[in-house]
Amino acid sequence: MIPPRLELRAITKRFAQVVANDDVSLVVNPGEIHAVLGENGAGKSTLMKVIYGAVQADAGEILWDGRPVSVRSPHDARALGIAMVFQHFSLFDTLTVAENVWLGLPPSVKLQEVSDGIRRKAAEYGLDLHPEKPVHVLSVGERQRVEIVRALLAEPRLLILDEPTSVLTPQAVEKLFETLRKLAATGCAILYISHKLDEIRALCHRCTVLRAGKVTGTADPSQETTATLSRLMIGAEPPRLERRAAKVGGLALRVDGLTLPRIDKFGVALEAVGLDVHEGEIVGIAGVSGNGQQELLAALSGEDPRADAGAVQLFGRGIGRAGARQRRKLGLHFVPEERLGRGAVPTLSLASNLLLTRNEALRWLGFIDRRALRDQTSGIMRRYWVKASGPQAVARSLSGGNLQKYIVGRELDAVPKMLVVAQPTWGVDVGAAAQIRAELVALRDAGCAVLVVSEELEELFAITDRLHVIAKGRLSPSIPTADATVERIGEWMSGLWPGGPSMPTGPDARARAGEVAPPASGSAP
Amino acid sequence: MNGLELLVAAMLSAGTPLAIAGLGLLVNERAGVLNLGAEGTMLVAAVTGFATAYHTGSVSLALAAGAAAGALLGLVLGWLVIWLNTNQYATGLAVSLFGSGFSAFVGLGYVGKQLVETPAPVVPFLSDIPVVGRALFQQHPVVYLAIAVAGGMTWFFYRTRAGLVLRSVGESPVSAHALGYPVRRIRLAAVVAGAALCGLSGAYLSVVYTPLWVEGMAGGRGWIALALTVFATWRPLRILAGAYLFGGVTMLQLHLQAQGVQIPAQFMSMLPYVSTVVVLVLISRNPLWIRLNMPASLGKAFYPGA
Amino acid sequence: MIRLEARPVPSLAMSVLSPVIALAVTVGVGFALFLALGKDPGRVLQVFLLEPFHGVRALTELGLKSTPLVLCALGLALCFRSNVWNIGAEGQFLMGGIAGGGVALWITQEGLGVSRWAFLPVLVLAGALGGGAWAAVVAWLKDRFNANEILVSLMLVYVANLFLSWLVFGPWKDPQGFNFPQTMSFAAATEVPRVVRGMRLHWGFAFALGAAVVMWVYMFRTYHGLQLQVGGPSPAAARYAGFSSRAAVWTTLLVSGALAGVAGAFEVAGPMGQLTPHVSSGYGFTAIIVAFVGRLHPLGCILGSLLLSVFLIGGELAQSRVGLPSALTGVFQGVLLLSLLACDTLVHNRLRVGRLR
Repeated sequence: MIPPRLELRAITKRFAQVVANDDVSLVVNPGEIHAVLGENGAGKSTLMKVIYGAVQADAGEILWDGRPVSVRSPHDARALGIAMVFQHFSLFDTLTVAENVWLGLPPSVKLQEVSDGIRRKAAEYGLDLHPEKPVHVLSVGERQRVEIVRALLAEPRLLILDEPTSVLTPQAVEKLFETLRKLAATGCAILYISHKLDEIRALCHRCTVLRAGKVTGTADPSQETTATLSRLMIGAEPPRLERRAAKVGGLALRVDGLTLPRIDKFGVALEAVGLDVHEGEIVGIAGVSGNGQQELLAALSGEDPRADAGAVQLFGRGIGRAGARQRRKLGLHFVPEERLGRGAVPTLSLASNLLLTRNEALRWLGFIDRRALRDQTSGIMRRYWVKASGPQAVARSLSGGNLQKYIVGRELDAVPKMLVVAQPTWGVDVGAAAQIRAELVALRDAGCAVLVVSEELEELFAITDRLHVIAKGRLSPSIPTADATVERIGEWMSGLWPGGPSMPTGPDARARAGEVAPPASGSAP
Repeated sequence: MNGLELLVAAMLSAGTPLAIAGLGLLVNERAGVLNLGAEGTMLVAAVTGFATAYHTGSVSLALAAGAAAGALLGLVLGWLVIWLNTNQYATGLAVSLFGSGFSAFVGLGYVGKQLVETPAPVVPFLSDIPVVGRALFQQHPVVYLAIAVAGGMTWFFYRTRAGLVLRSVGESPVSAHALGYPVRRIRLAAVVAGAALCGLSGAYLSVVYTPLWVEGMAGGRGWIALALTVFATWRPLRILAGAYLFGGVTMLQLHLQAQGVQIPAQFMSMLPYVSTVVVLVLISRNPLWIRLNMPASLGKAFYPGA
Repeated sequence: MIRLEARPVPSLAMSVLSPVIALAVTVGVGFALFLALGKDPGRVLQVFLLEPFHGVRALTELGLKSTPLVLCALGLALCFRSNVWNIGAEGQFLMGGIAGGGVALWITQEGLGVSRWAFLPVLVLAGALGGGAWAAVVAWLKDRFNANEILVSLMLVYVANLFLSWLVFGPWKDPQGFNFPQTMSFAAATEVPRVVRGMRLHWGFAFALGAAVVMWVYMFRTYHGLQLQVGGPSPAAARYAGFSSRAAVWTTLLVSGALAGVAGAFEVAGPMGQLTPHVSSGYGFTAIIVAFVGRLHPLGCILGSLLLSVFLIGGELAQSRVGLPSALTGVFQGVLLLSLLACDTLVHNRLRVGRLR
């Protein structure tokens, strides 16, 4: 009887008031792809940190190949043969691919060996990677490949992947799954962290479900339905969104021929972006992160006022050069992707944060009417079910979901005529996410024009009426969401819509079609 | 020595304290820590070095004492900034203010005192080369040390794994930590090493360059060295170049005065400070260029538990 | 093993306690230092910390010394909150002093008869313009060329010092001054009116207190003040809100430069009555410490200024009464700030004693 590669028994970890992992047990066998499923805040990341040695459990034991071990640091974990591909890449922009990989390997290895090893592994798994390139020119998908190759070069016996597909097109996801299956076939055990049920069903042999720090069940995902897995994950079926057909009104926002050079070497240039949003509809923009979403949003919100005045028109009025405050006066409100640091100042109270975008509590000479401000804040907190100690609560003391509800509520409360939202439910628990999506649909029904930019395809499919895709700084034409399929959107995410950025040609086309990479100017890998 | 020889010799000599301090700051900043305490460190080291030289008569011991004093201050700054995560700007300023007050206090007993003269060592043969021989090869060993350190640092940063690790810590401490490197210890080591170099520079000032002690004798060199690291885009050899250029500017004012140019002495003395501002303006104009070259985590706190 | 654990919300209690603990540490260091120097620590501490409060005259001296500190610290508090690191308040102080002194000198030389109260606003304006203009250089270089304000403002301190030196050794030197580097004494008409006859405390003190009140209202009760303070910690949020970070740089630097300049003008036309190379005893730098001790809050600036004035006066008294060098004050200031920074970590973190794993 071969002992399991990894066994966790009764792992418990507490952080101040919160019990992140409560009596968690887990078994992974060699050659098995094991999913750890749970929504945000369920304790998945903490558990992985315990396995990887970044964090020490308060109680419980870890068994490796049947023997108890203690993993006190990532160094110990690597010595055992555990490798990890992080959700937020641990890469150094100004260093080359080879140098980055080298830093993740023991010092006894030489840099030249690393370069050779990268070429070998890349060929073996069909990944496209050049060791001498500096990381800052790589696309997001390529950066993940660096992380994966770094893990593979360590000849791991257990590979942990933390939410690896959030930055990939559907085709690239397939490619990743091929790599993982190949790896598992060599006897490596794989732990796959995700909250995406379809992917887990397609890839994994078994899964362990976490909720609020506890294990709620283990299962064979291919035998389960979305409903049963969902019930294990959140205790109930996924909330269904009530949707009526859109009653489309007049044109609210028109973007026409928006072309913007990139601000710095790390950015993306926008090219001839055009879209329309009418009152009473929700338009979505899908796309893998790093294809120009940030730049487009900044041009729409007023944070980047470089565009031609006519390139962005609000109710017929050219606002391309207008600042953020002016656009708000005209009825355009924006919910940014980053909550702390952009949507709200972490060290200020909720009341003070209200003043970032709302000025009803201001009086003559800029004096702040504190009572009016407090009342206004309390009103928003009440209406949008924001859980916090009061209007004086400091922004960073709120949970992600509650702060997002507050920020969305702040903008919705302004009764905007046009709302632009980026990643509305990122990092938010399922309950709050459902509430926010329902609010957006209600806003649409009330006649507002809404534009949603998101990396979560299922969210876009759930709430939008029409869908665009952004790739390499260009925007696809829109199609009604009802006519869209995941495959088609996936292709478009690689720039493969009619008239889109040039299709890659050459022997490598299929491999590169799975991901938006800058054209390698004629050089074959 | 003739005019050119004098100028070259003076440039090397005057630029050396800036070079050493600049190299020390470079090590700090490559690891992501901004040390605004450089001026205070140099002052404390200067008075320590002078006192040591005065009591023991040994220049080497004095220089070592200065470096040790610098390292000690670096330890204090490092502990505050790295382990307690205090604001890097404020803490550096506090060290400078403390250093300036402390050195003034301790130095009271040494004002007006003189050190035993030691002749500058001469490199045989090479110093007989015409024109530049005496200028280049009759310098104090510390001058050559500065050049050696710059060369050594270049090799360290770009050819060794340890140097790569240090650079990665400065680039992204979070990623380095995730990979298992002891970020805080590496940063502390860099801060202490860098501060020791600043200390060496300060001791050089009071023991070799102008062998006396006067309150505030660093004259802003610690601050100028900070500007130097930006000017040199954090590369050791460029720090040397910049330091010697600045040394040249300092010499220019003496040269002009010697020539009898009718500009009041105070305006001449402004030259180094004004040139620093000019240099800062010139290099800061392109924010993109700075972003590509500057250690990305410079000045920011690192929280390992986050 | 002692560890630091982040607090979910900063502790208000520690925020107030931290300066107190820092002061205690500084006193402790002083105690040890005096012992090492062979002086009676108790006696020295009494001279240092208690003598400055002894008697009405002593109290007015405290007010006198804190006037420039309060004014400079108010401006610096605004700057630091906005993440604009104006370290050159000393230079702005000197330039304000030169400007104010220049006007006073001109009036003295021309023998104009003006009333003190009529001259006062002129003095304030001159000081504000002098200091503000000097700070404007920093603001312009940062705005236009992205030049780091720490280094530029510092370099300008050295330049201002040299400029003052040139003036008093050169064109503005008193021809009847026995070749000392100083201007002639300013006419009585230019002197800042005193609060009480016979004491040196002048109405600049009231001006400083008034400025603190105005600054408090500005910082915490106005939209403009809020805007400035968003850009510092969260530049992305400021951009999102549409606040101008350029305006923040200019506003904070001009305000702090003007305040420091007024402080310099008061000092020159008040207790000094002439320009010499030693117009400032490092007020611009001490004010940095005051701002931090005062938690970057106007009320804190007042209290912090009083504390550091005690240090300054205590140092002078210690020199004359106990024979300790006044350079000690600089040491204490440094230790105070360092201890304060260390104690401040406890505002955002808790100490935890844990087992080594």
